[in-house]
This record gives sequence, C-alpha cells and structure tokens, in this order.
Amino acid sequence: MTFGILSFGAYIPRLRLQRKAIAEAHGWFNSALKGQGKGERAIANWDEDPVTMAVEAGRDCLAGTGSPSLESLTFASTTFPFLDRLNAGVVAEALALGQDLATADAGQTQRAATSALIAALRGGPLSLVIAAEKRPVKAASPLEMTAGDGAAAILVGEGKPVARLLASATRSADFVDHYRTPESEYDYQWEERWIRDAGYMPLVPPVIKACLAKAGLGPEAVTRFCMPAVLAKVANSVAKAAGIADAAVADNLHAVCGETGAAHPLVMLVAALEEAKPGDRIMVVGFGQGADVLLFEVTEAITTLGPRLGVKGHLARRREETNYAKFLAFNDTVELERGMRAEADKQTALSALWRNRHTVTAFVGGKCSTCGTLQFPKTRVCVNPNCTAIDTQEPEPFAAKIGKINSYTADRLTYSPDPPACYGMIQFDEGGRWMMDFTDVDEKDLAVGHPMRMMFRVKDIDSQRGFRRYFWKAAPAAQTDVSGRA
Amino acid sequence: MPKGIRDKVAILGMGCSKFGERWDMNAEDLMVEAYTEALGDAGIETKQIDAAWLGTAIEEQHVGKSAVPLAVALRLPYIPVTRVENFCATGTEAFRGAVYAVASGAADIALALGVEKLKDTGYGGLPQRGRGTLPNMTWPNASAPGYFAQLAAAYRAKYGSAPEDLKRAMAHVSVKSHDNGGRNPKAHLRNKITIDTVLNSPMIAEPLGLYDCCGVSDGAACAIVTTPEIARSLGKRDLVSVKALQVAVSNGTEAQHNSWDGSYFATTRIAATRAYQEAGVERPRDEISLIEVHDCFSVTELVTMEDLHISAEGRAIHDILDGFYDADGTIPCQIDGGLKCFGHPIGASGLRMIYEMYLQMQGRAGERQRKDLPRMGLTHNLGGFPHQNVCSISIVGQYEG
Repeated sequence: MTFGILSFGAYIPRLRLQRKAIAEAHGWFNSALKGQGKGERAIANWDEDPVTMAVEAGRDCLAGTGSPSLESLTFASTTFPFLDRLNAGVVAEALALGQDLATADAGQTQRAATSALIAALRGGPLSLVIAAEKRPVKAASPLEMTAGDGAAAILVGEGKPVARLLASATRSADFVDHYRTPESEYDYQWEERWIRDAGYMPLVPPVIKACLAKAGLGPEAVTRFCMPAVLAKVANSVAKAAGIADAAVADNLHAVCGETGAAHPLVMLVAALEEAKPGDRIMVVGFGQGADVLLFEVTEAITTLGPRLGVKGHLARRREETNYAKFLAFNDTVELERGMRAEADKQTALSALWRNRHTVTAFVGGKCSTCGTLQFPKTRVCVNPNCTAIDTQEPEPFAAKIGKINSYTADRLTYSPDPPACYGMIQFDEGGRWMMDFTDVDEKDLAVGHPMRMMFRVKDIDSQRGFRRYFWKAAPAAQTDVSGRA
Repeated sequence: MPKGIRDKVAILGMGCSKFGERWDMNAEDLMVEAYTEALGDAGIETKQIDAAWLGTAIEEQHVGKSAVPLAVALRLPYIPVTRVENFCATGTEAFRGAVYAVASGAADIALALGVEKLKDTGYGGLPQRGRGTLPNMTWPNASAPGYFAQLAAAYRAKYGSAPEDLKRAMAHVSVKSHDNGGRNPKAHLRNKITIDTVLNSPMIAEPLGLYDCCGVSDGAACAIVTTPEIARSLGKRDLVSVKALQVAVSNGTEAQHNSWDGSYFATTRIAATRAYQEAGVERPRDEISLIEVHDCFSVTELVTMEDLHISAEGRAIHDILDGFYDADGTIPCQIDGGLKCFGHPIGASGLRMIYEMYLQMQGRAGERQRKDLPRMGLTHNLGGFPHQNVCSISIVGQYEG
C-alpha cells in the first residue's frame, strides 16, 4: 500500500459558446475582442453551478471505486453559490458520502484547489478534493472570452495510486492581479503585462526550484508541466525560466474549454493523467497570491484504471452554442422579460428539505423488503398494488441508475429559463419511475425508450430570497458513451 | 358491491352561466347567474334548500377558502354549506355531496354549485399554483398541457400509431367541438375551425398545439336535487335521475410503479366499470346515448373514448375519424362544445356537463338538440395529470320509476 492519487475525474458542461459569437456582439465596442473570436468556451447550462459541477466531477472520480469511506471532502472554488452554508456539505449529501467525514470549503484564491490538494496529500487515508468554478463575467470583458466553466476531482489516499506525490512547495505573496469582493460582482483586473512581468515570472520559478530540490530531481525530469495562464506563452516562459523543456508544457485548453479558474490546475492535471504513461512526471502549478507547485510520478496503476469521462470524455460530450444572448440570459447579465409565469414563488421549506434530504439531494428511493419492489421516493407504504406493506422499505440509491423515457413532452407554455421545458416519465427497468425534468437534451432527440442518466442540477432559483434548490434531472445517457482514456 | 345511488335522486332544476372571459363579473356574480336560472327551473324558493355544496378548485384566485362565499352570495339561511375541491372533478364532487345528502334522507332538497373565476391572473392558460412543499422540490416545472401531451408519446409507442394519424384524429376532436360550440349560445368559443387550423396552430407542448387545448374560462353551474317523490309532488314530469356516481383516485401506482404504460387513464377505466355496474349498463356502446367527457386536451378525449369502454383499445382514432362521436354520430361527445369550446371554469365543469345531459333529455337544448331524446348520458371529469389524477363519472338518465 502506498499513498497518492487513487482516482480522478472531471466535468465540463456540455454547452460550448463560440467565441466568434461574443466577438461579433462586442467588436463594435471593443475592437480588441475581434481578434479573440476563435475557439470555444464551456458554459454552464442555466441549471448548473459550481455545486452541481462538483457533484458531477465527484461522481466521475468515484465511479468504479465502490463506496469508499472518505475521511474528508474539500471543495475548492472562488464562486461558491452559498457564502454561509457549507457548499461541500451539499456535494457530500448529493454524493451520498454519509456523515462521518470532514467537509470543508476552500476558497478566496485561484490557488484554492492546489492548496487543498497539498493538504490532502499530507493527510489521512482517504480524501476527496473537488474544485469547480463558474466565474461571473462582465459583457465585453476579456475574462468573458478566456474563462470557461468546469470542475475536477482528485481522490487521494492509501492504496494503489495512479500517481504518487514526489514533492510540493508553496509560497505566499499578496500580489493582487485581480480581486472580487462582496460589493463587486465581477473581477477587477490589473494590466496583463504587469501580471506576467512582476507576477508569474519572478514568483513561480523559485517555487518550482524548491519543489524539484525537495524531490531531488532536475527540471528535465518534468515530462508534463500544467500551469494555467491566460496570457499567451506565459507557461512556456515560466517553464523556460525553470529549465523545463518546452515540449513538456501542457495545453491550457483555451481553444476547447477556457480557463476554469480555481479548478483549472486540477482540470489540467486530470487531462494530463488521462494521457499519461507509467513513469511520467507531472508538475502542477497554482498561481494566486503566491504559488503552489506539486510534482507527481505516474505509476503502473494508470494502465488498469477503469473508464471514466474525465476531461476528454466531457469535452467530447459537446453542443455548440452560437447564441450569445442565451449566455447573457442564463447569467442574468441582461434583464430578460421572463413573463408572469416566472413570478411563481419558489420558496423552499428548509425544514422539509432537511427531513427529505436523502430523497431530494441524494436521490435515494426505497426497496420493499417484503416484495422487493424498487420505488421513488421512499415512502412508508409500498407502492406495489399487490403488496402495500408498511414500513418495509430500505434505502435504494437511484442516482447511478440508467432509466428510459416512458413518455415525454417539450413544453412551451410553462416557464423555463431555457424553453421548451422538456420533461417526462423516466422508468427504471429494475423498478421505480419518476416524472422529472430533463436537461442537456435537444427536443429532436426525445423518444420513448431512450436511455437517460441522472444528473444533479439546480431545480429552481428563488430570486426573492437568494436561495436555490437542487434536484436530479434526466439527461441522455448516450452522451456518455465516451471513454476518457484513449 | 353496495346497492348504489341509482334512481334515488332526481334533478329538480339546473342552471349555468354563460362561460367565457367575463371581465365584468366576480365569482359571486357568476354564482348568482347560474343559481337564479336553476331556482326558476326548479320552481322553489331559497328557503326550501336544506343543504348546499360549493365546488371551486383554484379558490386563491377568486373567492378564497371555505363555503362562506356561496352562503353570502346567495344569502343562504344559515344552512349547512360545504366547500369541496378535488382538482377538475370538483364540480362533480359538489354534485355528489348534494345527491348523497338527499339519498341519505339528511336533506329533502340540496344545492350543488360549482364556480371558477380564472381570468384574473394577467396571463393566458391556467393559473399557476403551489403543489406542496415536497412536490415543489421534485416535480418537473410542468404545465397541464405538458403533462397531458405525454399521453400521445406513450399511445403512439403502444399502438405504433403514426404521429400524423394521431394528430389528425386529435384535430378532428377539436374541429367537432368548435362546430358544436357554435350552436351553443352559452359557449366561450363559438367560431368554426378546420383541420388545418388545428394542425397549423402554434405548438404549446409537443404534440399539442393551441387548438388541441381547451378554453380557460370564467363560469358557474348548479344543480338542485331532491327525491323523485318530492320532485313529483312539486309537479315535475319527465324526471332526469342519477343512475351512478363514481370517483376513482390514483394512489401513486401510475406515478411510481411500472405496471402503467402511460397511454391511458387507469382511474377512468376503473370508475367507468363501477359506474356502468351501478347504473345497470351492460353494453355501454349500445346503451349510452350521449357523453360529455373531460376534453381538457384533444388527446385526453381520444384516449378517454377507450377508457370508457366505448371504443375498443387502439381503435379511438378510427371511431373519431369515422364521425362516431360527432353531433350527428352514434354517441355524440361534447355536443355542447365541451371543455374545448363551452369552456372550462374548473369547479363548474362537472355540473355544466350534467346541465347539458339534463337539457338534452328534456328536449330543451335548442339548436343543438338531438332528435331522439337521449335516454342515458355519461359525464366524466379528470383532475390532475395522467400519471396521478382524480376521475369522476356520473351517469344520469330518464327516470323510469
């Protein structure tokens, strides 16, 4: 038994906004954007946020690991939907991790995820680190072009690691390249050239040197160098300054995803692990008010790791979005006339949410111990008309099950942030069914019998009270027939 | 099997307001409009009524809770008044309360009044309403057409029907109801339409277009009931009596158990079988002369023809296109225009259907009167959604006691 990364996963939302659409909308105002209208950036659907993306990355990471008893879950982000409610707590409940684990949110810096990973690699036998980010962006801002939404998850602990930590190093500096406060909804950023010349270049290479010194290795040992940096060639310049080969510099996924903020070092790490072979040495850098550097060595176990979607699979699960107005509407950047039906009160009874948390947040149903019927939700009286036994149901998780469409519609009357609202009856072959919302679905792909998988999403946003509630929705399962590993 | 309600109670009088967008009327005004007609028809005074039932479903949009609004609107003399709500079966539930009160002997004369004022929302379609704290967390953000539209997907999958064939039969349902509504001065929608109007209308919830959906209307309807003996003592002849009243309520089987395929109403099939038994009907296709069903959406009417055991399973499309249910067909369905065109003020709808039966059986239906007076008529309501609903069925007919 050795210590290290046991598993990994990622989540990139399916919608990819074409940067050309942004450039065409704002080129008249900021002509500099015209030149940036290439490639695409991942955008969260209206019902996705860092919490839902973290859940999906966590599921991707934990798939095939059984039901491990985690010691801790740390959720890193600078864009948590809740300021005072543990976001990791929602994720832990949705992942049905039980209650005997330490949960923590790590935020406040683009270095949040790498620092959390360093801490986990120092710590107990089994820890999950998840990072997710969905940065608010002003219309026509450079960040709107370069940012992407996404998440990654790393399972760390004792076992047969796919990568071992050789060394890590860190350095703190109150270098304010950008900031966001409760009073300012969006990032405020200083000049990019200054960030490069006075930030990355003097601050990062010394930490790389310190890390390599601890590992007892020279820079040529690094075969993959993962450092998020939006400015062109900064990663190459830092690598060069540290003596790392230019060929080792990893693609920052700008063309296909955009930079996923605090999550991006882990997203790049997962992307590197997906391509890695035993003996590879992967260096990960997190930059933000200083720098974190981690150096991993990939083991033989990478060759036998089970399939997952990861970064590669999720990038393949893709739908082009050319409607920039939709992106503005999803993020409330423009005030849309949503109609009177949107005024319906979405208050959540918090007492009822707590009482029903396994049903609502973890999607746990029941299995009758008398007749064996699976059912959702779990209730006190069995639904089987030939049984109706009382208090016989054991918890039965439904989140990982694949269901089939029994009936469906595409509804243009009811309010939906992304009409038409698609929903229908999802039936599970082994028992159980539920009338539920669909998501990430195109109307033309709906048909009776189509396999659907369950995804954790925002159910409703209570704009009156600043609350959002989550539940599970059905998405086409066929989108997931992609193996993350080549 | 209990003995049932057959021929224990007769209709003494009925009334129905004009349905539609009654911008100048409060719910209370509509109650009075229906009530005065019924009172005149019955030939009695308010003080002769022993008990009353008020049916209203979306009370938060108009009168508020309790039976008080009915008592106040009609100045009922401190009699027992009860408010009932059971989705779209509400009107029939009010009728059931009054009928049972008379049958039990607790009341000699009882009133059932259903009312709904839906057009104070500010937008088209049914008002949105709360579904309960837990359902709000787990149910889809659905509309009524979105739920009922799914019948079409499941029906097509079950019988292999081509989408165009189903859509055409659904369109025939709506065209027929518009034809009928045109002959009804109290109907909300009285314009004639064509198959193409329906097929080319804007999509609401696939595959339901605008003309596959019923009107959302204001209106009230009411019935005054008594025993056949009292009715005769008050000088009434050619009585219409209650033959059966059945309600079947989903228990979660359709919503949670895979035994239901989504293409039909489990409740309707059960309620219909029980109602025929209570009424002594053995061959509904031969013995029922007129039906008013809950055509909230064209596809609902289509599958209901099978659920009532009148069309064979999988054959409704053919019966409909053959004109079997047209006004001049074998068993007219919605001869008054139905929910589609008479309108659908929820609490009033069940009583409006019985009102049409009552008029037709007495030969008082004007331009739309069937030549041969119907002997046995069935009314049907569905409240909720195909996968979880309340179904009520009443059978009324010529009294032969």
